[in-house]
Parts: sequence; C-alpha cells; structure tokens
Amino acid sequence: MSALLSLKNVWVEYGDKVVLEKVNLEVSEGAFLSIIGPSGAGKSSLLRLILGQEAPTRGKILLDGEPLKPECGPDRGVVFQRYSVFPHMTVLGNVTFGLECPAAPFAARLFGTARRKAEAEATAMLEAVGLADNLNLYPAQMSGGMQQRLAIAQALIKRPRILLLDEPFGALDPGIRADMHGLITRLWRDYSLTVVMVTHDIKEAFTLGTRVLALDKRRHDPHAPHRYGATAVYDLPLRGPPVPAPEATPEPQPATAAS
Amino acid sequence: MRLINRHFSKRDRLIAGGTPILLLVVFYLITALQRHAANPSDKILPLPSGMAKAITDLLTTPDPLSGNLVFWADTFASLQRLGLGLGIATLFALVLGLLIGALPPVRAALSPLVTGIAVIPPIALLPILFIALGLGETSKVVLIAIGVAPVMVRDIAAHVGSLPREQIIKAETLGANSWQIIARVALPQAMPRLLQAIRLALGPAWVFLISAEAVASDIGLGYRIFLVRRYLSMDVIIPYVAWIALLAILMDVTLAAISKRAFPWAHGEGR
Repeated sequence: MSALLSLKNVWVEYGDKVVLEKVNLEVSEGAFLSIIGPSGAGKSSLLRLILGQEAPTRGKILLDGEPLKPECGPDRGVVFQRYSVFPHMTVLGNVTFGLECPAAPFAARLFGTARRKAEAEATAMLEAVGLADNLNLYPAQMSGGMQQRLAIAQALIKRPRILLLDEPFGALDPGIRADMHGLITRLWRDYSLTVVMVTHDIKEAFTLGTRVLALDKRRHDPHAPHRYGATAVYDLPLRGPPVPAPEATPEPQPATAAS
Repeated sequence: MRLINRHFSKRDRLIAGGTPILLLVVFYLITALQRHAANPSDKILPLPSGMAKAITDLLTTPDPLSGNLVFWADTFASLQRLGLGLGIATLFALVLGLLIGALPPVRAALSPLVTGIAVIPPIALLPILFIALGLGETSKVVLIAIGVAPVMVRDIAAHVGSLPREQIIKAETLGANSWQIIARVALPQAMPRLLQAIRLALGPAWVFLISAEAVASDIGLGYRIFLVRRYLSMDVIIPYVAWIALLAILMDVTLAAISKRAFPWAHGEGR
C-alpha cells in the first residue's frame, strides 16, 4: 500500500499545552479522509501540519516519502471556511493567479498569448465547478456557496497532490451544502484527488469520506486540562480508496482500528 | 422610532446639513452689519462686499514687485508644496508600509524607527529643517512629508499585516513567492487604504504647510494670511481661509471618487 502522506509519532505542543500527541497516520493516494472531533481536539492543528503552516514539535511528516518542509507549497491545495478567495480579483483572475505564479516569478503577471492560454485553462476549471457564467464578478458579488466553488477551482488548478478542506461547507445553508457535496464528490472522482477534510458535521464526514478519523483526548487530567493532547481515537475505513463508488453508500463499519 | 433608525431622504439630508451652515453665515452677517452700523470702517468683521473687493484686487492687480497675480501665485505655490510633500509621503507609505506589513524581518528592523519618528511632533523639527535645509522650498516639503508619512506608513503596514492569514496561506499554496504575494495580494488590497490614508493625512498636511509658510516664506496661502494679519485685513484672511477649505474639500472628494472608480471591489459594489 503506497502511503502518499504519512505522519509518524507527531506531537504538537505550545509551551506546556499539548494539542496533539502521538499521531500516526497513513493516507493513501485517492483517499477521502474526513477528520472529526470535538472543538479543541486539534483538528485544525493537524490540518495546519499537513499544510506546512506549522512544524510538529516532535515526529515526522512525509509526503511521497519526502520530509515535508514547514512551509506551504503548491503540492498541497487548501480551501478554508472563509477568506479563501482574493476579494480584489475577479473570478477568472482568482483562478488564473495560480497559473501566473510559477510562470512569471518577477512580473507576477502573464501577458499576451500566455495569458490567454492560462485564462482558457482557468475558464475550463471554472466550468467544472459551475462558475462559467460568472467569470468577471468579484467575490463580494457572489453568494457564500459560489465563493467556495471558486475557492475549490482555485485550489484544483494547481493539481495538488493533496486537497485540504478546513470546514469548507460549514458556513453554507443545508441546500447549498448538499450541492457542494455532490460537486466535491464528482471532482474527487474526476480528478482522482486525495482529500483531507476537517469538519464538525459527522453526517458530512461519513457521506463524503472513504475513511473517517476521529480525534479526541484519550486521557484527561481535570487539574491540568492541557497536560494531554488529542490523538486519533477512531479510524474507520468506509470504502476502498481509489475505487470510487459514490452511488452506493456502504454501511459504515464501526471497526475501531485505532492507529 | 429610535434615533439610530431615523434615516433622512436626500432632500432632508440637504436641509439638515445646510441649516447649521446657513445659520452661521446669517449670524456672521447680522453681527458684521451691526458693527458696520456703529463704525463704517470696521476691519474685524468685513462685509461680503469688502471681501469681494479685496479678493478682486488680489485676483486682477499684478504684484508690483513680481508681476504675478497674487492670489493665483499663492495658490500655485501652496499646492505645489502640498502635492510634493504628500506625494513623497505616499510613496514612503506604499513602499515601507507594504514591506513592513508583509515581511516580518523588515517589520522587526524598521517598525521601531517608524514608531519613533511618528511620536516626534513635526513642528518641533521645523527649526532643524530650516537650519539643515535652508528656508527654501525643500524644508517646507520635507516638513509635510515627515509630518504625515509615519502615520501613513503605520496605517498601511497595519492594514497589510491584518490581511486574513488564510489569504496569504492560499497564495502560498498557489505557488506565489514573497514578491508575488506583495505585488498581487498585498499591494492591490493596500491601494484603497492608501487613498483613505491620503484623505486623512490632508488635514495635518495643510497644518504643516501653513505653519512652514507662516514662519519663513515669501509666497503661499499661509504666508499671505500671516502677512496681512499685521494690517488686520480680515477681508483677505476670511476669503483665503474659505478658499483653503474649498481646496481641501475638493481634494477629499476627488480622492474618494478615484477610490470608488478604481477599486469597485473595495466599496461593496454589487450585492
């Protein structure tokens, strides 16, 4: 089994406060991993680790067998709950930006043919998320759901090895959320993505994920609530990863295979 | 209905806004008329006719020494100083503000210096500037620049520094380097704030301009006001002050309009 991403005995501590302890995790290519857990259980910390926004206090993180640099890079795309899109760029500009960055390190902009080519590619990506009719709008002119579609397109244009979703649908109303679930499942299948999603909606975690990871504290000292950190308490494989079978929803097996 | 919910229509706003101004003008006219009834050669509160005559003189009669029309020469000299000073300050605000806001090493190196300069009252520097740079244009322009730049730099730096962390992370995951993040993410979002900072800096900039002109100058709106003060020429001072106010309002409105046109995304266009 080829692990695309592996965390080996990872700890995150802020001073005396232990946030994550002894996290071991292997994410295989094509998996859709949902991470759930109560507030403060280190879901977002774990995501920030994988994103490279933070370095672990102890332990190792490997991506494709290589140690991860503690800096964000284009191999990991991300969609946050909010502020994921650039308010000063149009829809098309937001997606084209990702193509301009590697191509124009000094001008920070593409011109002429190169620009038209990048814009065509961006337009195709926007079509895939259903925003083809809104290329020239600014994010502030769109609804929350459309902004998240844009954020997804923006991340996918870089063809990241892993797509990280930090409660991406948390601020959306239920109807829109269902649409977005359909969209992300389709994109996951069409682009053979590897997705790590943090959510606090358990239903969402089980509908979308091929595997659900629950983070919580195993031990709790009431006199020193920060003494112990959270770790994976449940690791439920739901469906075989790269084979997408989204139509049939298999029964979630409550196998408590803690990592 | 609560007062906080009482919104006026456009016409009502005009009436509400115009009334205090109109009352002030009427109050002035009545007092001036009373004084002129008692003493027809009163200089303290000139009548509009007196002011019109004084200004017409400055507008039409060339200065016997320089041959310039005094009013326009004053206006041009003052606006040039103001423009240069504000322009230099704006340039500093943009470059330093972006670098300090976006790059932690630059912030660590320069932030204390900028803060230190910002707390010095600029007028206290005026003697130093006059001694070091002479009494010419340079010292006046530099006074305006030093007076307003630190506040603007800090404002832009704070604005750039408070851009959502998510945006910066997102740009990094799109493969942007530090320069690209500054040029494409921070700079465009700092621009509306910069225009706002210039608008707020206009007030202090005028203060420094008039101060510098009052102390040492031979031309300029501030110079003229402080010159004719010796002769109690309120008929010149009041129109000059009104003219300064009008210029300041025009600049403010223009900057606001530019911001709205150039950066529609920052003004909630659409939704």
